[in-house]
Amino acid sequence: MPAVIDADNLKKTYESLIAVDGIRFTVNRGEIFGFLGPNGAGKTTTMKMITCVSPRTSGTLSVLGMDPDINPAEIKQRLGVVPQETNLDPDFTCAGNLLTYSRYFDIPKKAAQERVEELLEFVQLQEKRNVAVEKLSGGMKRRLILARALVNNPELLILDEPTIGLDPQARHLIWEKLRALQAKGCTIVMTTHYLDEAARLCDRLVIMDNGKILIEGAPADLVKQQVGSEIVEVEKTDEVLTCLRDHHIPHEIAGDMVQVATESAREVARILLDNCTPKNMLTRPATLEDVFLKMTGRTLRD
Amino acid sequence: MPVIWTIPKITRRAWKVWHRNAEVFVRTWKVNFFPPFIEALLYLFAIGLGIGSYIGVIDGVPYVNYIAPAILAISVMNSAFFECTYGSYVRMYYQKSFDAMIATPLSIEDVIAGELLWGATRSVIYVIIMLPVFAAFGVISLPLALLTIPVAILGGLMFAGIAMCFTAVTPGIDTLNYPAFLFITPMMLFSGTFFPLTLLPVVLQYAALAILPLTHLVAIMRMLTLPDLMWTLGLHLAWICIVTGIISIIAINLMRKRLIV
Repeated sequence: MPAVIDADNLKKTYESLIAVDGIRFTVNRGEIFGFLGPNGAGKTTTMKMITCVSPRTSGTLSVLGMDPDINPAEIKQRLGVVPQETNLDPDFTCAGNLLTYSRYFDIPKKAAQERVEELLEFVQLQEKRNVAVEKLSGGMKRRLILARALVNNPELLILDEPTIGLDPQARHLIWEKLRALQAKGCTIVMTTHYLDEAARLCDRLVIMDNGKILIEGAPADLVKQQVGSEIVEVEKTDEVLTCLRDHHIPHEIAGDMVQVATESAREVARILLDNCTPKNMLTRPATLEDVFLKMTGRTLRD
Repeated sequence: MPVIWTIPKITRRAWKVWHRNAEVFVRTWKVNFFPPFIEALLYLFAIGLGIGSYIGVIDGVPYVNYIAPAILAISVMNSAFFECTYGSYVRMYYQKSFDAMIATPLSIEDVIAGELLWGATRSVIYVIIMLPVFAAFGVISLPLALLTIPVAILGGLMFAGIAMCFTAVTPGIDTLNYPAFLFITPMMLFSGTFFPLTLLPVVLQYAALAILPLTHLVAIMRMLTLPDLMWTLGLHLAWICIVTGIISIIAINLMRKRLIV
Protein backbone atom coordinates (compact mmCIF):
# COMPACT_ATOMS: atom_id res chain seq x y z
CA MET A 1 0.00 0.00 0.00
CA PRO A 2 1.46 3.42 -0.91
CA ALA A 3 2.41 5.73 1.94
CA VAL A 4 0.06 8.59 2.82
CA ILE A 5 2.99 10.94 3.32
CA ASP A 6 6.47 10.35 2.02
CA ALA A 7 9.25 12.84 2.69
CA ASP A 8 12.87 12.53 1.72
CA ASN A 9 15.63 15.02 2.42
CA LEU A 10 12.89 17.57 3.10
CA LYS A 11 14.36 20.99 3.81
CA LYS A 12 13.03 24.42 4.71
CA THR A 13 15.23 27.46 5.20
CA TYR A 14 14.27 31.03 6.05
CA GLU A 15 17.07 33.35 5.01
CA SER A 16 19.77 32.32 7.50
CA LEU A 17 17.67 29.94 9.62
CA ILE A 18 17.41 26.25 8.78
CA ALA A 19 13.99 25.29 10.16
CA VAL A 20 13.83 21.78 8.75
CA ASP A 21 17.12 20.19 7.82
CA GLY A 22 16.75 17.32 5.39
CA ILE A 23 14.32 15.04 7.21
CA ARG A 24 13.01 11.72 5.97
CA PHE A 25 9.86 9.99 7.16
CA THR A 26 6.94 7.94 5.93
CA VAL A 27 3.40 7.89 7.29
CA ASN A 28 1.36 4.78 6.53
CA ARG A 29 -2.35 4.55 5.95
CA GLY A 30 -4.45 4.34 9.09
CA GLU A 31 -1.77 5.11 11.65
CA ILE A 32 -1.41 7.92 14.17
CA PHE A 33 2.00 9.43 13.61
CA GLY A 34 3.49 11.90 16.09
CA PHE A 35 6.06 14.67 15.83
CA LEU A 36 7.69 15.54 19.15
CA GLY A 37 10.39 18.05 19.89
CA PRO A 38 11.21 21.18 21.86
CA ASN A 39 10.04 24.60 20.66
CA GLY A 40 11.78 25.55 17.44
CA ALA A 41 12.53 21.95 16.49
CA GLY A 42 10.78 22.34 13.13
CA LYS A 43 7.53 20.47 13.84
CA THR A 44 5.12 23.22 12.87
CA THR A 45 7.16 24.07 9.76
CA THR A 46 6.92 20.41 8.74
CA MET A 47 3.14 20.48 9.27
CA LYS A 48 2.90 23.63 7.14
CA MET A 49 4.76 21.96 4.29
CA ILE A 50 2.49 18.91 4.49
CA THR A 51 -0.64 21.08 4.49
CA CYS A 52 0.56 22.94 1.36
CA VAL A 53 0.66 26.39 2.98
CA SER A 54 4.45 26.71 3.06
CA PRO A 55 6.52 25.66 0.04
CA ARG A 56 9.55 23.49 0.74
CA THR A 57 13.04 24.73 -0.03
CA SER A 58 14.29 21.39 -1.34
CA GLY A 59 13.85 17.64 -1.14
CA THR A 60 10.84 15.55 -2.09
CA LEU A 61 7.45 15.46 -0.44
CA SER A 62 4.43 13.49 -1.46
CA VAL A 63 1.07 13.82 0.31
CA LEU A 64 -1.71 11.40 -0.69
CA GLY A 65 0.43 10.54 -3.70
CA MET A 66 0.66 14.15 -4.91
CA ASP A 67 3.21 16.93 -4.76
CA PRO A 68 2.16 19.97 -2.65
CA ASP A 69 3.98 22.26 -5.10
CA ILE A 70 1.96 20.97 -8.04
CA ASN A 71 -1.49 19.94 -6.73
CA PRO A 72 -2.13 21.96 -3.55
CA ALA A 73 -5.88 22.33 -4.09
CA GLU A 74 -6.36 18.61 -4.80
CA ILE A 75 -4.39 17.64 -1.69
CA LYS A 76 -6.16 20.18 0.53
CA GLN A 77 -9.54 18.94 -0.70
CA ARG A 78 -8.81 15.62 1.07
CA LEU A 79 -7.02 17.04 4.11
CA GLY A 80 -8.27 18.11 7.54
CA VAL A 81 -6.17 20.65 9.44
CA VAL A 82 -6.28 21.57 13.13
CA PRO A 83 -3.89 24.53 13.48
CA GLN A 84 -2.01 25.42 16.62
CA GLU A 85 -3.66 28.82 16.79
CA THR A 86 -7.39 29.04 17.17
CA ASN A 87 -8.56 30.69 13.96
CA LEU A 88 -12.31 30.20 14.09
CA ASP A 89 -14.30 32.93 12.36
CA PRO A 90 -15.59 35.31 15.08
CA ASP A 91 -18.22 36.70 12.70
CA PHE A 92 -20.14 33.41 12.74
CA THR A 93 -21.81 31.02 15.15
CA CYS A 94 -20.58 27.45 15.69
CA ALA A 95 -22.81 26.06 12.96
CA GLY A 96 -22.04 29.11 10.80
CA ASN A 97 -18.33 28.42 11.05
CA LEU A 98 -18.78 24.85 9.86
CA LEU A 99 -21.19 25.80 7.07
CA THR A 100 -18.96 28.57 5.75
CA TYR A 101 -16.00 26.21 5.85
CA SER A 102 -17.97 23.52 3.99
CA ARG A 103 -18.45 25.97 1.16
CA TYR A 104 -14.69 26.31 0.72
CA PHE A 105 -14.66 22.57 -0.03
CA ASP A 106 -17.49 22.83 -2.57
CA ILE A 107 -19.77 20.68 -0.43
CA PRO A 108 -23.39 21.12 -1.59
CA LYS A 109 -25.54 23.04 0.89
CA LYS A 110 -27.88 20.19 1.79
CA ALA A 111 -25.07 17.70 2.39
CA ALA A 112 -23.16 20.33 4.37
CA GLN A 113 -26.12 20.99 6.68
CA GLU A 114 -26.45 17.30 7.48
CA ARG A 115 -22.72 16.94 8.00
CA VAL A 116 -22.64 19.96 10.32
CA GLU A 117 -25.31 18.49 12.61
CA GLU A 118 -23.42 15.21 12.66
CA LEU A 119 -20.16 16.91 13.54
CA LEU A 120 -21.64 19.13 16.25
CA GLU A 121 -22.93 15.97 17.85
CA PHE A 122 -19.57 14.23 17.36
CA VAL A 123 -17.74 16.95 19.32
CA GLN A 124 -20.67 17.39 21.73
CA LEU A 125 -21.50 20.97 20.85
CA GLN A 126 -25.11 20.57 19.68
CA GLU A 127 -26.36 22.93 22.39
CA LYS A 128 -23.89 25.59 21.25
CA ARG A 129 -25.10 25.34 17.67
CA ASN A 130 -26.21 28.99 17.43
CA VAL A 131 -23.76 30.49 19.88
CA ALA A 132 -21.10 32.98 18.71
CA VAL A 133 -17.62 31.49 18.90
CA GLU A 134 -16.30 34.14 21.33
CA LYS A 135 -18.72 32.81 23.89
CA LEU A 136 -17.11 29.35 23.84
CA SER A 137 -14.55 28.12 26.38
CA GLY A 138 -11.06 27.15 25.23
CA GLY A 139 -11.95 23.47 25.19
CA MET A 140 -15.10 24.05 23.18
CA LYS A 141 -13.14 26.10 20.65
CA ARG A 142 -10.63 23.30 20.16
CA ARG A 143 -13.46 20.82 19.70
CA LEU A 144 -15.13 23.08 17.16
CA ILE A 145 -11.83 23.37 15.29
CA LEU A 146 -11.63 19.59 15.23
CA ALA A 147 -15.18 19.45 13.85
CA ARG A 148 -14.25 22.08 11.26
CA ALA A 149 -11.28 19.98 10.14
CA LEU A 150 -13.68 17.10 9.50
CA VAL A 151 -16.29 18.83 7.30
CA ASN A 152 -14.79 17.33 4.15
CA ASN A 153 -14.43 13.78 5.58
CA PRO A 154 -10.65 13.96 5.29
CA GLU A 155 -8.51 10.91 4.62
CA LEU A 156 -5.63 12.58 6.37
CA LEU A 157 -5.93 14.70 9.49
CA ILE A 158 -3.08 17.03 10.50
CA LEU A 159 -3.16 18.30 14.06
CA ASP A 160 -0.69 20.86 15.41
CA GLU A 161 -0.88 20.59 19.21
CA PRO A 162 -4.55 19.68 19.31
CA THR A 163 -4.91 19.66 23.09
CA ILE A 164 -2.82 22.71 23.95
CA GLY A 165 -4.13 24.43 27.07
CA LEU A 166 -7.04 22.05 27.63
CA ASP A 167 -8.23 20.61 30.92
CA PRO A 168 -7.94 16.83 31.44
CA GLN A 169 -11.62 16.22 30.60
CA ALA A 170 -11.35 18.02 27.29
CA ARG A 171 -8.07 16.27 26.45
CA HIS A 172 -9.61 12.87 27.08
CA LEU A 173 -12.55 13.72 24.87
CA ILE A 174 -10.24 14.79 22.02
CA TRP A 175 -8.20 11.58 22.41
CA GLU A 176 -11.34 9.50 22.30
CA LYS A 177 -12.46 11.28 19.12
CA LEU A 178 -9.08 10.81 17.47
CA ARG A 179 -9.14 7.08 18.20
CA ALA A 180 -12.67 6.88 16.78
CA LEU A 181 -11.45 8.60 13.61
CA GLN A 182 -8.53 6.23 13.35
CA ALA A 183 -10.90 3.28 13.70
CA LYS A 184 -12.82 4.64 10.72
CA GLY A 185 -9.65 4.53 8.63
CA CYS A 186 -8.45 8.11 8.95
CA THR A 187 -4.68 8.65 8.97
CA ILE A 188 -3.61 11.12 11.64
CA VAL A 189 -0.43 13.17 11.95
CA MET A 190 0.00 15.25 15.08
CA THR A 191 2.53 17.33 16.96
CA THR A 192 2.39 17.60 20.70
CA HIS A 193 4.36 18.71 23.75
CA TYR A 194 2.48 16.30 25.98
CA LEU A 195 4.52 13.13 26.06
CA ASP A 196 1.83 11.11 27.81
CA GLU A 197 -0.49 12.07 24.97
CA ALA A 198 2.02 10.90 22.39
CA ALA A 199 2.64 7.65 24.27
CA ARG A 200 -1.07 6.93 24.48
CA LEU A 201 -2.10 7.86 20.96
CA CYS A 202 0.76 7.45 18.54
CA ASP A 203 1.48 4.20 16.75
CA ARG A 204 4.78 5.66 15.68
CA LEU A 205 6.51 8.92 16.34
CA VAL A 206 9.66 10.90 15.66
CA ILE A 207 11.54 13.18 18.01
CA MET A 208 12.93 16.27 16.28
CA ASP A 209 15.45 18.84 17.39
CA ASN A 210 17.16 21.65 15.45
CA GLY A 211 15.34 20.70 12.27
CA LYS A 212 16.50 17.08 12.30
CA ILE A 213 14.81 13.81 13.21
CA LEU A 214 16.76 12.26 16.08
CA ILE A 215 14.87 9.04 16.47
CA GLU A 216 11.85 7.21 15.13
CA GLY A 217 9.76 4.28 16.32
CA ALA A 218 6.82 3.04 18.36
CA PRO A 219 6.64 4.79 21.77
CA ALA A 220 7.08 1.62 23.85
CA ASP A 221 10.00 0.40 21.72
CA LEU A 222 11.73 3.75 21.99
CA VAL A 223 11.46 3.74 25.77
CA LYS A 224 12.85 0.22 25.96
CA GLN A 225 15.70 0.85 23.51
CA GLN A 226 16.74 4.27 24.73
CA VAL A 227 16.15 4.21 28.46
CA GLY A 228 15.30 0.75 29.70
CA SER A 229 12.34 -0.35 31.69
CA GLU A 230 12.66 1.44 35.03
CA ILE A 231 14.01 4.58 36.60
CA VAL A 232 15.32 5.07 40.11
CA GLU A 233 15.32 8.66 41.32
CA VAL A 234 17.18 9.65 44.44
CA GLU A 235 18.16 12.94 46.04
CA LYS A 236 21.61 14.09 44.98
CA THR A 237 24.09 13.77 47.83
CA ASP A 238 27.84 13.21 47.69
CA GLU A 239 27.38 9.91 49.45
CA VAL A 240 24.93 8.63 46.85
CA LEU A 241 27.09 9.81 43.97
CA THR A 242 30.18 8.11 45.39
CA CYS A 243 28.23 4.94 45.95
CA LEU A 244 26.91 4.89 42.36
CA ARG A 245 30.42 5.51 40.99
CA ASP A 246 31.92 2.76 43.17
CA HIS A 247 29.40 0.28 41.81
CA HIS A 248 29.82 1.50 38.21
CA ILE A 249 26.17 2.33 37.85
CA PRO A 250 25.55 4.81 34.99
CA HIS A 251 23.46 7.75 36.20
CA GLU A 252 22.36 11.21 35.22
CA ILE A 253 22.02 14.34 37.30
CA ALA A 254 18.76 16.22 36.88
CA GLY A 255 18.59 19.27 39.14
CA ASP A 256 18.88 18.12 42.73
CA MET A 257 18.00 14.54 41.84
CA VAL A 258 20.04 11.68 40.42
CA GLN A 259 18.35 9.38 37.91
CA VAL A 260 19.37 5.81 37.19
CA ALA A 261 17.85 4.09 34.18
CA THR A 262 17.91 0.36 34.66
CA GLU A 263 16.33 -2.98 33.84
CA SER A 264 15.97 -3.73 37.54
CA ALA A 265 15.08 -0.89 39.86
CA ARG A 266 14.93 -3.31 42.75
CA GLU A 267 18.61 -4.18 42.40
CA VAL A 268 19.78 -0.57 42.14
CA ALA A 269 17.66 0.33 45.16
CA ARG A 270 19.14 -2.56 47.14
CA ILE A 271 22.72 -1.55 46.32
CA LEU A 272 21.99 2.00 47.43
CA LEU A 273 20.22 0.97 50.59
CA ASP A 274 22.98 -1.47 51.52
CA ASN A 275 25.86 0.91 50.91
CA CYS A 276 24.63 4.37 51.81
CA THR A 277 21.64 6.27 53.14
CA PRO A 278 19.66 7.49 50.11
CA LYS A 279 17.05 10.16 50.77
CA ASN A 280 13.74 10.49 48.91
CA MET A 281 14.31 7.46 46.74
CA LEU A 282 11.56 6.37 44.38
CA THR A 283 11.33 3.92 41.53
CA ARG A 284 9.02 4.27 38.53
CA PRO A 285 8.59 2.85 35.03
CA ALA A 286 10.55 4.62 32.30
CA THR A 287 8.46 6.88 30.08
CA LEU A 288 8.66 8.70 26.79
CA GLU A 289 9.58 11.80 28.75
CA ASP A 290 12.85 10.13 29.77
CA VAL A 291 13.58 9.36 26.12
CA PHE A 292 12.69 12.92 25.15
CA LEU A 293 14.96 14.52 27.75
CA LYS A 294 17.76 12.09 26.95
CA MET A 295 17.58 12.93 23.24
CA THR A 296 17.04 16.68 23.46
CA GLY A 297 18.72 17.62 26.74
CA ARG A 298 17.43 19.68 29.60
CA THR A 299 18.32 23.16 28.38
CA LEU A 300 15.41 25.59 27.98
CA ARG A 301 14.72 26.54 24.36
CA ASP A 302 12.98 29.90 24.53
CA MET B 1 10.79 38.53 -13.98
CA PRO B 2 10.39 39.67 -10.38
CA VAL B 3 7.71 37.79 -8.47
CA ILE B 4 5.73 40.99 -8.04
CA TRP B 5 4.78 41.10 -11.76
CA THR B 6 3.79 37.47 -12.16
CA ILE B 7 0.18 37.07 -13.24
CA PRO B 8 -1.48 35.29 -10.31
CA LYS B 9 -3.53 32.17 -10.89
CA ILE B 10 -7.01 32.95 -9.61
CA THR B 11 -9.85 30.43 -9.66
CA ARG B 12 -13.58 30.95 -9.29
CA ARG B 13 -13.12 29.88 -5.65
CA ALA B 14 -12.39 33.57 -5.01
CA TRP B 15 -16.16 34.06 -4.99
CA LYS B 16 -16.43 31.90 -1.86
CA VAL B 17 -14.40 34.51 0.03
CA TRP B 18 -16.67 37.20 -1.42
CA HIS B 19 -19.67 35.13 -0.32
CA ARG B 20 -18.34 34.89 3.24
CA ASN B 21 -17.91 38.66 3.51
CA ALA B 22 -21.26 39.31 1.86
CA GLU B 23 -22.98 37.03 4.35
CA VAL B 24 -21.52 38.91 7.31
CA PHE B 25 -22.48 42.22 5.68
CA VAL B 26 -26.08 41.17 5.03
CA ARG B 27 -26.49 39.92 8.59
CA THR B 28 -25.46 43.31 9.93
CA TRP B 29 -27.33 45.21 7.21
CA LYS B 30 -28.76 47.81 9.57
CA VAL B 31 -25.37 49.24 10.52
CA ASN B 32 -24.22 48.94 6.92
CA PHE B 33 -27.21 50.44 5.19
CA PHE B 34 -27.60 53.74 7.02
CA PRO B 35 -24.15 55.38 6.77
CA PRO B 36 -24.33 55.90 2.99
CA PHE B 37 -27.89 57.10 3.27
CA ILE B 38 -27.14 59.57 6.05
CA GLU B 39 -23.89 60.65 4.45
CA ALA B 40 -25.65 61.55 1.22
CA LEU B 41 -28.13 63.69 3.13
CA LEU B 42 -25.44 65.35 5.24
CA TYR B 43 -23.41 66.35 2.19
CA LEU B 44 -26.49 67.66 0.41
CA PHE B 45 -27.49 69.86 3.32
CA ALA B 46 -24.07 71.04 4.50
CA ILE B 47 -22.27 71.59 1.24
CA GLY B 48 -25.15 71.77 -1.17
CA LEU B 49 -27.42 74.14 0.71
CA GLY B 50 -24.90 75.71 3.06
CA ILE B 51 -21.78 76.43 1.03
CA GLY B 52 -23.69 76.02 -2.20
CA SER B 53 -25.93 78.98 -1.50
CA TYR B 54 -22.84 81.24 -1.35
CA ILE B 55 -21.19 79.78 -4.41
CA GLY B 56 -24.30 79.40 -6.50
CA VAL B 57 -23.02 78.25 -9.86
CA ILE B 58 -19.67 76.68 -10.79
CA ASP B 59 -18.66 76.02 -14.41
CA GLY B 60 -22.24 76.82 -15.32
CA VAL B 61 -23.81 74.19 -13.03
CA PRO B 62 -25.44 74.58 -9.60
CA TYR B 63 -22.80 73.83 -6.95
CA VAL B 64 -24.76 71.00 -5.42
CA ASN B 65 -25.05 69.27 -8.80
CA TYR B 66 -21.33 69.86 -9.27
CA ILE B 67 -20.32 68.08 -6.08
CA ALA B 68 -22.89 65.23 -6.15
CA PRO B 69 -20.80 63.09 -8.55
CA ALA B 70 -17.70 63.90 -6.49
CA ILE B 71 -19.48 62.59 -3.39
CA LEU B 72 -20.22 59.38 -5.29
CA ALA B 73 -16.59 59.05 -6.36
CA ILE B 74 -15.28 59.76 -2.85
CA SER B 75 -17.68 57.15 -1.45
CA VAL B 76 -16.42 54.59 -3.96
CA MET B 77 -12.89 55.37 -2.86
CA ASN B 78 -13.55 55.34 0.85
CA SER B 79 -15.65 52.20 1.03
CA ALA B 80 -13.23 50.08 -1.00
CA PHE B 81 -10.16 51.60 0.59
CA PHE B 82 -11.24 51.17 4.19
CA GLU B 83 -12.67 47.71 3.57
CA CYS B 84 -9.40 46.47 2.10
CA THR B 85 -7.12 48.19 4.61
CA TYR B 86 -8.60 47.99 8.09
CA GLY B 87 -11.21 45.35 7.21
CA SER B 88 -8.81 43.03 5.43
CA TYR B 89 -6.07 43.62 7.99
CA VAL B 90 -8.36 42.62 10.84
CA ARG B 91 -9.40 39.46 8.98
CA MET B 92 -5.81 38.66 8.09
CA TYR B 93 -4.01 39.50 11.32
CA TYR B 94 -6.46 39.42 14.22
CA GLN B 95 -9.03 36.89 13.06
CA LYS B 96 -6.51 34.72 11.16
CA SER B 97 -9.27 34.11 8.66
CA PHE B 98 -6.87 33.92 5.72
CA ASP B 99 -4.88 31.18 7.44
CA ALA B 100 -8.06 29.21 8.01
CA MET B 101 -9.11 29.67 4.39
CA ILE B 102 -5.84 28.59 2.80
CA ALA B 103 -6.01 25.31 4.73
CA THR B 104 -8.89 24.49 2.35
CA PRO B 105 -8.68 24.21 -1.47
CA LEU B 106 -8.59 28.02 -1.61
CA SER B 107 -5.21 29.50 -2.51
CA ILE B 108 -3.94 32.79 -1.13
CA GLU B 109 -4.51 34.28 -4.60
CA ASP B 110 -8.17 33.23 -4.43
CA VAL B 111 -8.51 34.74 -0.95
CA ILE B 112 -7.04 38.12 -1.89
CA ALA B 113 -8.97 38.25 -5.17
CA GLY B 114 -12.14 37.56 -3.17
CA GLU B 115 -11.28 40.39 -0.78
CA LEU B 116 -10.71 42.79 -3.69
CA LEU B 117 -14.02 41.80 -5.30
CA TRP B 118 -15.71 42.36 -1.99
CA GLY B 119 -14.09 45.79 -1.56
CA ALA B 120 -15.43 46.77 -4.99
CA THR B 121 -18.84 45.43 -4.03
CA ARG B 122 -18.89 47.69 -0.97
CA SER B 123 -18.33 50.65 -3.31
CA VAL B 124 -21.19 49.60 -5.55
CA ILE B 125 -23.55 49.14 -2.60
CA TYR B 126 -22.66 52.64 -1.39
CA VAL B 127 -23.42 54.18 -4.77
CA ILE B 128 -26.66 52.23 -5.13
CA ILE B 129 -27.89 53.58 -1.79
CA MET B 130 -26.80 57.16 -2.49
CA LEU B 131 -28.21 57.41 -6.00
CA PRO B 132 -31.93 57.50 -5.04
CA VAL B 133 -31.22 60.20 -2.44
CA PHE B 134 -29.49 62.38 -5.02
CA ALA B 135 -32.18 61.61 -7.57
CA ALA B 136 -34.90 62.58 -5.11
CA PHE B 137 -33.26 65.99 -4.67
CA GLY B 138 -32.85 66.30 -8.42
CA VAL B 139 -29.09 66.85 -8.31
CA ILE B 140 -28.27 64.07 -10.77
CA SER B 141 -29.72 63.33 -14.15
CA LEU B 142 -31.33 59.96 -14.75
CA PRO B 143 -31.05 57.58 -16.53
CA LEU B 144 -27.46 58.28 -17.56
CA ALA B 145 -26.45 58.58 -13.90
CA LEU B 146 -27.26 54.87 -13.50
CA LEU B 147 -24.04 54.17 -15.38
CA THR B 148 -22.20 55.30 -12.25
CA ILE B 149 -23.01 51.84 -10.88
CA PRO B 150 -20.80 49.86 -13.29
CA VAL B 151 -18.20 52.61 -13.01
CA ALA B 152 -18.28 52.09 -9.24
CA ILE B 153 -17.30 48.42 -9.75
CA LEU B 154 -14.23 49.47 -11.70
CA GLY B 155 -13.31 52.35 -9.40
CA GLY B 156 -13.95 50.19 -6.35
CA LEU B 157 -11.64 47.50 -7.67
CA MET B 158 -8.93 50.08 -8.24
CA PHE B 159 -9.11 51.48 -4.70
CA ALA B 160 -9.42 47.99 -3.22
CA GLY B 161 -6.20 47.06 -5.01
CA ILE B 162 -4.41 50.20 -3.83
CA ALA B 163 -5.61 49.53 -0.29
CA MET B 164 -4.48 45.91 -0.40
CA CYS B 165 -0.96 46.99 -1.40
CA PHE B 166 -0.77 49.08 1.77
CA THR B 167 -2.23 46.22 3.84
CA ALA B 168 0.41 43.88 2.43
CA VAL B 169 3.31 46.06 3.56
CA THR B 170 2.00 47.69 6.74
CA PRO B 171 3.85 46.59 9.89
CA GLY B 172 0.72 47.00 12.04
CA ILE B 173 -2.81 48.32 12.01
CA ASP B 174 -1.79 51.77 13.32
CA THR B 175 0.51 52.47 10.39
CA LEU B 176 -2.48 52.12 8.06
CA ASN B 177 -3.30 55.65 9.27
CA TYR B 178 -0.47 56.99 7.08
CA PRO B 179 -1.98 56.13 3.71
CA ALA B 180 -5.39 57.16 5.04
CA PHE B 181 -4.27 60.67 6.00
CA LEU B 182 -1.39 61.30 3.61
CA PHE B 183 -2.95 59.81 0.48
CA ILE B 184 -6.71 59.43 0.80
CA THR B 185 -7.52 62.74 2.53
CA PRO B 186 -5.48 64.97 0.21
CA MET B 187 -6.89 63.05 -2.74
CA MET B 188 -10.38 63.72 -1.50
CA LEU B 189 -9.68 67.46 -1.56
CA PHE B 190 -7.51 67.93 -4.65
CA SER B 191 -9.04 65.68 -7.30
CA GLY B 192 -11.44 68.13 -8.87
CA THR B 193 -13.95 67.18 -6.23
CA PHE B 194 -15.13 70.40 -4.57
CA PHE B 195 -13.51 72.83 -7.01
CA PRO B 196 -12.36 72.39 -10.62
CA LEU B 197 -8.86 71.10 -11.22
CA THR B 198 -8.30 74.09 -13.52
CA LEU B 199 -8.02 76.35 -10.46
CA LEU B 200 -4.74 74.62 -9.59
CA PRO B 201 -1.40 75.66 -11.18
CA VAL B 202 -0.92 73.77 -14.45
CA VAL B 203 1.90 71.62 -13.07
CA LEU B 204 -0.29 70.47 -10.23
CA GLN B 205 -3.15 69.76 -12.63
CA TYR B 206 -0.96 67.35 -14.55
CA ALA B 207 0.41 65.89 -11.33
CA ALA B 208 -3.12 65.28 -10.07
CA LEU B 209 -4.10 63.56 -13.31
CA ALA B 210 -0.96 61.45 -13.25
CA ILE B 211 -0.90 60.27 -9.65
CA LEU B 212 -4.30 60.85 -8.07
CA PRO B 213 -6.60 58.02 -9.20
CA LEU B 214 -9.62 59.84 -7.84
CA THR B 215 -9.34 62.64 -10.44
CA HIS B 216 -10.26 60.18 -13.18
CA LEU B 217 -13.14 58.68 -11.26
CA VAL B 218 -14.56 62.13 -10.41
CA ALA B 219 -14.30 63.20 -14.03
CA ILE B 220 -16.19 60.13 -15.26
CA MET B 221 -18.85 60.37 -12.56
CA ARG B 222 -19.40 64.07 -13.32
CA MET B 223 -19.78 63.47 -17.05
CA LEU B 224 -22.42 60.85 -16.30
CA THR B 225 -24.49 62.69 -13.69
CA LEU B 226 -24.59 66.24 -15.10
CA PRO B 227 -24.64 64.86 -17.88
CA ASP B 228 -21.77 66.34 -19.85
CA LEU B 229 -20.24 63.61 -21.99
CA MET B 230 -16.88 64.29 -23.62
CA TRP B 231 -14.47 62.16 -25.60
CA THR B 232 -12.00 62.30 -22.70
CA LEU B 233 -14.26 59.88 -20.83
CA GLY B 234 -12.52 57.13 -22.81
CA LEU B 235 -9.12 58.31 -21.63
CA HIS B 236 -10.19 58.39 -18.00
CA LEU B 237 -11.69 54.91 -18.30
CA ALA B 238 -8.55 53.57 -19.94
CA TRP B 239 -6.37 55.09 -17.19
CA ILE B 240 -8.47 53.42 -14.51
CA CYS B 241 -8.55 50.05 -16.32
CA ILE B 242 -4.78 49.93 -16.76
CA VAL B 243 -4.02 51.03 -13.20
CA THR B 244 -6.59 48.61 -11.77
CA GLY B 245 -5.03 45.71 -13.66
CA ILE B 246 -1.50 46.51 -12.59
CA ILE B 247 -2.38 47.35 -9.00
CA SER B 248 -4.44 44.18 -8.51
CA ILE B 249 -1.57 41.99 -9.69
CA ILE B 250 0.87 43.79 -7.41
CA ALA B 251 -1.54 43.60 -4.46
CA ILE B 252 -2.05 39.85 -4.78
CA ASN B 253 1.67 39.18 -5.19
CA LEU B 254 2.59 41.40 -2.24
CA MET B 255 0.07 39.61 -0.04
CA ARG B 256 1.41 36.26 -1.18
CA LYS B 257 4.88 37.44 -0.28
CA ARG B 258 3.68 38.48 3.16
CA LEU B 259 1.64 35.39 4.00
CA ILE B 260 3.33 32.48 2.23
CA VAL B 261 6.73 31.91 3.78
